[in-house]
Amino acid sequence: MHYTFNIERGNFTDAGQASSSVKRTLKQLGVDPANIKRTVVALFEAEINAVAHAYGGTIDVDIDGEKIVMVVADQGPGIPNLDLAMQEGWSTASAKVREMGYGAGMGLPNIKKNSDELKIDTEVGVGTTVTMTVYLT
Amino acid sequence: MKVKEIAKLVDGEIVGAPVDETYEVKKAFASDLMSDVLRFHMDDTVLITGLCNNQTMRTSEMADLRVVLIGRDKQPDEDMLELAEDADITIIKSKYSIFKLSGILYAAGLEPLY
Ligand SMILES: Nc1ncnc2c1ncn2[C@@H]1O[C@H](COP(=O)(O)OP(=O)(O)OP(=O)(O)O)[C@@H](O)[C@H]1O
Ligand SMILES: [Mg+2]
Repeated sequence: MHYTFNIERGNFTDAGQASSSVKRTLKQLGVDPANIKRTVVALFEAEINAVAHAYGGTIDVDIDGEKIVMVVADQGPGIPNLDLAMQEGWSTASAKVREMGYGAGMGLPNIKKNSDELKIDTEVGVGTTVTMTVYLT
Repeated sequence: MKVKEIAKLVDGEIVGAPVDETYEVKKAFASDLMSDVLRFHMDDTVLITGLCNNQTMRTSEMADLRVVLIGRDKQPDEDMLELAEDADITIIKSKYSIFKLSGILYAAGLEPLY
């Protein structure tokens, strides 16, 4: 099964809608709760990052019997120093983003912890693509 | 501790999804930082927060939270209440500060998450 969603820049009213929709789908498919939780936490963090730090983008989710592959691709500033960005506590979140409850610098580490495979392709001035895989078996 | 007992202890008002009378809350976690909330297992846990917006509900939904206690007299708007109902999350809103809410619930026997 394949699902596609759009992410809008700076739209914190709707941010998280895609992850919420994926959560419902996984529940309907009868995926076990522990795998649902780590899948949607990883996806949600990536979705919020695309809203908060980039200029929006797309989410593609593929689900089959053995794994869930999620690709969050944004147009945005890119991440100049990925090692730094992966560290717990590192954040460049704006005041507006902090007001929404984000900016702890925990999102990328959370994604790493919750997914089985994580690939981040990023280019300064172009954008960032985060590919996360969760194995169901 | 039942959801209604918590509401009574903090002089709170219940909004959002209807209370599940069978749900037993055992632990509490206080945070305004949503990515911190997503780091932990929130089974049988009430989130105590002063952050009152759509993202509080989205994060709670992802974290599998069922009860959120909102302090400092913050008022959830219609949009947020709708999200709470969709995600089956009961909101207790209280005038008390986060420190006071935490103290009351700790004294009443809720366990810290860690
Ligand atoms: N899609 C992205 N585009 C550009 N920069 C990003 C992107 N994702 C992350 N970053 C950069 O990496 C930093 C760390 O991201 P991370 O998700 O770990 O923390 P955060 O988003 O700042 O806070 P939190 O996720 O805890 O709310 C961000 O502050 C930002 O500088
Ligand atoms: Mg983040």
